[in-house]
This record gives sequence, C-alpha cells and structure tokens, in this order.
Amino acid sequence: MAEGTLCNRKMINTREALLELLADKSGKLYYEEMNQLDVKCDALAETIRATCKSRIRTWLEICTHCGLCADSCFFYLANNNDPKQVPSYKIQSTLGEIVKRKGKVDNAFMQRAMDTAWAKCTCCNRCGMYCPMGIDMGVMFGYLRGLCFSQGFVPWEMKIGSGMHRIFRAQMDVTVEDWVETCDWMREEWEDDYPGLEIPVDKKGADIIYTVNAREAKHYPEDIAEAAVLFHLAGENWTVPSEGWELTSLAMFAGDWEACKLQVETVYDAMHRLNPKRMVATECGHAYRATVLEGPYWAGLKTGKPPVESLHYVEWVAEALRTGKLKIDPDKKIKEPVTYQDSCNYIRSGGLSDVAREIMSYIAEDFREMTPNREHNFCCGGGGGLNGIGRYRQERNAGLKVKRDQILATGAKFVVSPCHNCWDAIRDLEEVYEDGIRWSFLKPLLLKMVIVPEHLRPDDSEGT
Amino acid sequence: MYQFVTGPLAWLAFIIFFFGLVLRIVLYVRGLDWKLDRVTYSVNVSYGIKGAIRSIIFWIFPFGTRSWRNNPGFTVIVFIFHIGLLITPVFLLAHNVILEEKWGISFWTLPETVSDILTIAVIVSAVFLILRRIALPEVRIITSAYDYLLLAISAAPFITGFLAYHQFSGYEFWLIIHILSAEVMLVAIPFTKLSHMVLFFLSRGQLGMDYGIKRGGMKGYNLSW
Repeated sequence: MAEGTLCNRKMINTREALLELLADKSGKLYYEEMNQLDVKCDALAETIRATCKSRIRTWLEICTHCGLCADSCFFYLANNNDPKQVPSYKIQSTLGEIVKRKGKVDNAFMQRAMDTAWAKCTCCNRCGMYCPMGIDMGVMFGYLRGLCFSQGFVPWEMKIGSGMHRIFRAQMDVTVEDWVETCDWMREEWEDDYPGLEIPVDKKGADIIYTVNAREAKHYPEDIAEAAVLFHLAGENWTVPSEGWELTSLAMFAGDWEACKLQVETVYDAMHRLNPKRMVATECGHAYRATVLEGPYWAGLKTGKPPVESLHYVEWVAEALRTGKLKIDPDKKIKEPVTYQDSCNYIRSGGLSDVAREIMSYIAEDFREMTPNREHNFCCGGGGGLNGIGRYRQERNAGLKVKRDQILATGAKFVVSPCHNCWDAIRDLEEVYEDGIRWSFLKPLLLKMVIVPEHLRPDDSEGT
Repeated sequence: MYQFVTGPLAWLAFIIFFFGLVLRIVLYVRGLDWKLDRVTYSVNVSYGIKGAIRSIIFWIFPFGTRSWRNNPGFTVIVFIFHIGLLITPVFLLAHNVILEEKWGISFWTLPETVSDILTIAVIVSAVFLILRRIALPEVRIITSAYDYLLLAISAAPFITGFLAYHQFSGYEFWLIIHILSAEVMLVAIPFTKLSHMVLFFLSRGQLGMDYGIKRGGMKGYNLSW
C-alpha cells in the first residue's frame, strides 16, 4: 500500500476528509496505516535541494560535536541526561541523515524522525542560544517537521490542525458566524455589569484590531469578554474582524507551510480591509510568533513585518498600566508569592521580557523570578504542539518535570502565564504531580484588581 | 624534498586554503534566502548588523556568554587551543625568518619560550578534548572518527613542529613531516568542518541577525547571549 485512506500525503481540504480523520478515534487506524506508508524519496530529495540552503547545510556541517547544547535542552535534563536527548544528536540522526542520504530513507526512519521532531523537541529554540557556532536546532526541527509533513509522517492531531486551518482558517471548527455570534453573546452576558460594553465587529479605522486564539471562541468565550471589558475600561477605540480573527497556527506546528500562509493572510487581509492603527494579539505565544514574527515571511512581505504594527497582549497591558489607562487598586494586588512563565515564543523569540516584568511590578507585591528566566527560561514542556498530541503524552509528562522544579524553587505556588500552551502545560503538570500550583492568564487577574472609573459603573452603584 | 614541500606544494596549499575559504564565504552568503530563513537580511540592515556584531563579540571572548560561563573548564581549554592554533604559526620566530628570507617581510615575533609554551598548550588541550569526547556520554554519542581525525590534523603540525624545533634525532625528517602536516591542515580547512574558521563568524552573524531583526531586536531588546 503506497498511501492509506487517512494517513497519506494528501492535504485535508474538505470537511468530509476532516470528519473522516476526526472519526478515527485517537488516530488508531491512521497510525496503523502509517506503518505502510511509502516514502517518496525523489520528492524528498527535490524538496531538500530546493529548500535546504546554506544556513541549514552549514549548521549540519560545522557542528563540532562539542555537546554544549546538551543541558540547554529540558528534555535532556528531564530524562536524566539521556545522551539520546542531546539536541545535536537528535537533529544529526534525523535531518542530518536525510540530507546526507539525499532523501533515500525508509518508513521506519521517517517514523523515528517524526517521533523525534514532535516528541523530543518543542522548537523552543533554547539550544540555539547555547551553541558556540550559532546553530539553532529548533529552527532545524521546524524544517524537519515540514519534510515529515510533506511525506505524510505527521501526528494525527497535527494533520487535523492543518486541515482545520485549510478549511476554517482557524485551528478549530469555528466559522465566521460562530465567531461573530460568540462576540455578541459575550457582550450581552457582560453588559449589565459593564454598561456601554461593546464588542465592535469590523469597525473601520479603529485604533486597535484585536485578534484571538480559536480556543477562546470555542471553549473559553469569557476570555473574549474579559478582553472587551479591559479595552472598554481603558477607553480604547477597538474592533474585532469578522474574518481574520484567528492568530494561531497549528499549521506551523504541523510543518504545513502552505496552510501557514493561507492562515496569516486572512489576518493581514483584515488589517487591509479595516485599516486599524495597531493589532493587539491575545495571550498566546505561538499565535504571536506565527502571525507577527514568522507570518510576514510566509506571506512574502518584504519588510518582515505585518501590515500594521502588532503587539502581544502583554505589550498592550504594560502600556495601559504605564499610561494610566488601566489603574490597579493597590489593595487588590497579588499578595502571595507569584512567578511568571516566560513563553518561548514571545519572550525568547519576541524580546518581550522587560514588558512582562513591568506588568508584574504593577500587579504583584511578591514577584519571584524563576531560574533561569527571560530568554533563558525553559519551555513549559508543552510547546510546539506537544500538548495536543496523544501519542506523545508520556514524553510530554516526563518533560514537565523541569518546569515543575523551576516553579517550586521560587517558593511561589501561583504562576502568571500569558500563553495558552504554557497555561495548558502548567495545568497538566498540576494534574500529574499535584503540588498545589495555580496558574492564570492576565485578563482575569487584571479584571479583579483594576479600578472601574466612576462613569463606567452600573447604574445601581451610581445611585448609591 | 625540502625544496618541493616548501616550494610548489606550499604554494598549492596556500592557494587552496585561501581560495577555498573565499569560496565557502561566497557560497554561504549566496545561499542565504530571506524567505526560507525568514530573516529580512537586506531590508532591516542596521538591526541585522547590530545583532550580528553582538552575536560574534559575546561569543568570541571566553566567559562572554552564559554557555561559556556554564562550562568553565571546557571554555578555558577551547580558548587556549584556538589561541595557540592561530597565534603560534603566524608569530613564530622561525616562520618569520623564512618569510624574511623569501619575501623580505616579517611580523612581530613571539619569544621562543612563549611559542614553545603555546605549542605545548595546543597539544595538551587537544589531548583534553579527546579525553572529554571519550569521557562524557553527551559528547561521546555525537563523536565520530571524523572528529578525532580533525583533532589529529589540527594538532599534528604542532607535535611535529615541536619535535623539529627541539632538534630531536632526525631533524630533517620531522621538519618535512611538519611542513607536510601543516599543508594537510591548510588544505583540509576549506573542505572540512575546520571551515568554521570563517563559517563560525558567518553562522554566528546569521543567528545574530535573526535575533537582531526578527526575534526581538526590532522591539529594541538586546538578547543576553
């Protein structure tokens, strides 16, 4: 059998195909079919010839095998310094071999490459900071994922995710109607408490276009309401787009570069259509990276920047606190020891660590840094799509140990985590290890401690 | 024999070394692709240059980066090895005497005891690097025969030079072997991972540009290497 009915090299472009794949619970048949999937060596060789250029070739060639990358990797540390978890080994034995053999690899090899690319690396890019030669193995694993995806060797959930983006332009089956309805529903639910609350859809020329993670629309709609309230209290002139509201990119995790482009272009189209001054992205790390940092390259924007200036949510919060648009009630600051989870995707890869500290200085009385921190922080353990892949649950849970130790060492049991992936990973590490650790996004915290200006309070409180 | 290895063969080795490295640089730069690498090299140039310089400067000094500081023993050995490797041959008195005789030019020269110490330091640090490869599991797993061969190629001119200089028995023999081994090294540099002699700077510069342009540099954040 060259290709399976579910596990194959075809892209998921129709709802029927997507439903069929979803119906295969946990990808049981999908992974069985994967054992029979042929490798198209010629196509692989051609892709490598066309896309593996001097940067990656040089990285693979000049690695001096010094091993300094070993303890930069949380998987290496979490697995008792297992030499098989040394980043250099992981990439040389997968991508290095594929390139060396000019694509002539077999099914077993590709499955090993897949297991390595998704379960032994979260593309956190930390190793790149510790390599004397400037070799970023996270970048190479991203590239390897693309090669695996093109051959159909991709975890079931990632194949689904890429299909979602292709069909819905969102990582979940949320349509434009669903999205707009959710916004309306949230406004209705919350406007009694916050008179005049609006969630303006498709308003042209607003100061801010706000974009989210589809999970918020599908599972955590109150997050959208909280964002709306905070914009409302800050007096922002803002809007959400009806189309192009989704920032995330499971396609990026999957290595489906075509879908990555399709996805970010919906957001950039919304920017062109509505002409806002700036974009603010929700509290998600990879979404920011996909849409703000990498997206311009997928879309071929020569400036390397999105069409309008784009901020991560933490940048907006810091600005609002700094300028006094949002004021914190000093009595309601976080009193207990609290730490901050530096997300790889907007801290290491986005340079926003100062901004995060600035926020903590406004909202916390006893802020404790993790060690190491800022751009040297360890991945939460669930990045790069790993949180969502059932096949690798054990590997993920083992990797969480490093983050757990880091958090416990601060003495704080409360973690501020403005990133969906980190938030999930910390929730899951509490589920696995039961240390009594709590975690939160910024929005619900801010909402509890922000001062509501007199004129924005509900009528009944105004009368008293 | 001496005439041959110091004449045509030496010329050939230097030509291959020089043009080989130039070719490596040209090929590297030509192979950069702003879209595939996802770095706007030629648009946000000033951010890129700043990032590249920071990336190189921090790493070129011992203990300049967290990675160097986390591994002090290795750092000391690596820097001694490289300093000896680069300084000794260029500023060695005997080499400059030859230069003076042939072309009438010479550099400033090292006192002979210093170059002797540097030579021994290169040899000893090479031994340490070999032992480290054998001893540490995280290094052993990525080590191949090729790595030992490169260490041998790099250390050989120093071992043979030391033997020749101290006029052990068979001076003529050691001298010729010394020259040959140096020529082997020169020729090997462009074609092996010894090409990191120049590619270190390019690769470091490239990642520095990535950080300087895309990953936070344009937000005004200076990554702490």
